Amino acid sequence: MPSQNEVFEKVQSVLCEALGVDEDEVSPEATLVGDLGAESIDFLDIVFRLEKAFDIKISRGELFPEDVLTSTDYVANGKVTETGIAELRKRMPFVNLDNFAKNPNVKDFGTLLTVQDMVRFVETKLPK
Amino acid sequence: MRWIWIDRFEEFESGKRAVAIKNVSLAEEHLHDHFPGRPVMPNSLITEGIAQTGGLLVGEYHAFEKKVVLAKLPKAVFHFPVVPGDTLRYETTVDYIKDDGAMVTAVARVGDKVQAELEVVFAHLSDDDRTKSLFEPKNFVFTLKLLGVFDVGRKQDGSRLTEPAGLLKLEEELKAAGT
Repeated sequence: MPSQNEVFEKVQSVLCEALGVDEDEVSPEATLVGDLGAESIDFLDIVFRLEKAFDIKISRGELFPEDVLTSTDYVANGKVTETGIAELRKRMPFVNLDNFAKNPNVKDFGTLLTVQDMVRFVETKLPK
Repeated sequence: MRWIWIDRFEEFESGKRAVAIKNVSLAEEHLHDHFPGRPVMPNSLITEGIAQTGGLLVGEYHAFEKKVVLAKLPKAVFHFPVVPGDTLRYETTVDYIKDDGAMVTAVARVGDKVQAELEVVFAHLSDDDRTKSLFEPKNFVFTLKLLGVFDVGRKQDGSRLTEPAGLLKLEEELKAAGT
């Protein structure tokens, strides 16, 4: 299994190619949407490049759980409910949801993912 | 599609690769404005031609049942200006075709010189009334024939490419209706 640093470097180069950003902008703490300017279509591109770079398969919804965020079971008045947060934690253990859980506006969810989350996500997909 | 920026398909391998050519001529009006006294084929229109070559490649794979639109150019590099008399050759190769979108890598050549290198991401639009009126399948019937796709096209198994059943049916309906 590659070291965390090796994974980070590959993720970094994937994000540089997909988003046209410089390497030094892609710090572990940078958020994909807020800091690196990723838009929804970019996720399609990023997923493909990650699959190719790491030889893994990523299903739709793994990086962006649209089904949870649009379900009345998990969302009320534009906010993710406690059950919803629990479901998100289960589905996306690679994301730190503590801050989001304090004020879980659905519309803010898209801005959560950081570069470090992507690295953790990739690591969960690599053979142990 | 009424806005056609390729002249003919030279190769068409379903779901894999397509090659189209574009002849650049001073008879094209836009070259007289771009630029007065120095006609240059706009790189934006070279991009459009490449997107059409790759877009038809992706669309055909889905038998034109998905609405394929240009969504993003992760890469677009142009090496020299293209002038009247040049023939551009757009070579597009599928990187992936998924449910929600696709990507092709493309190279444009003039003779044996690489003029442009692009990556083109397409999205598949959802089916709503607005997109329905934007994508009339009848446009594809005529465009594909006009561009010679079925003269050179091959399916993935190597057999000859034929019109998607849905389009054939539509064509018959149009004939019957006298349009």
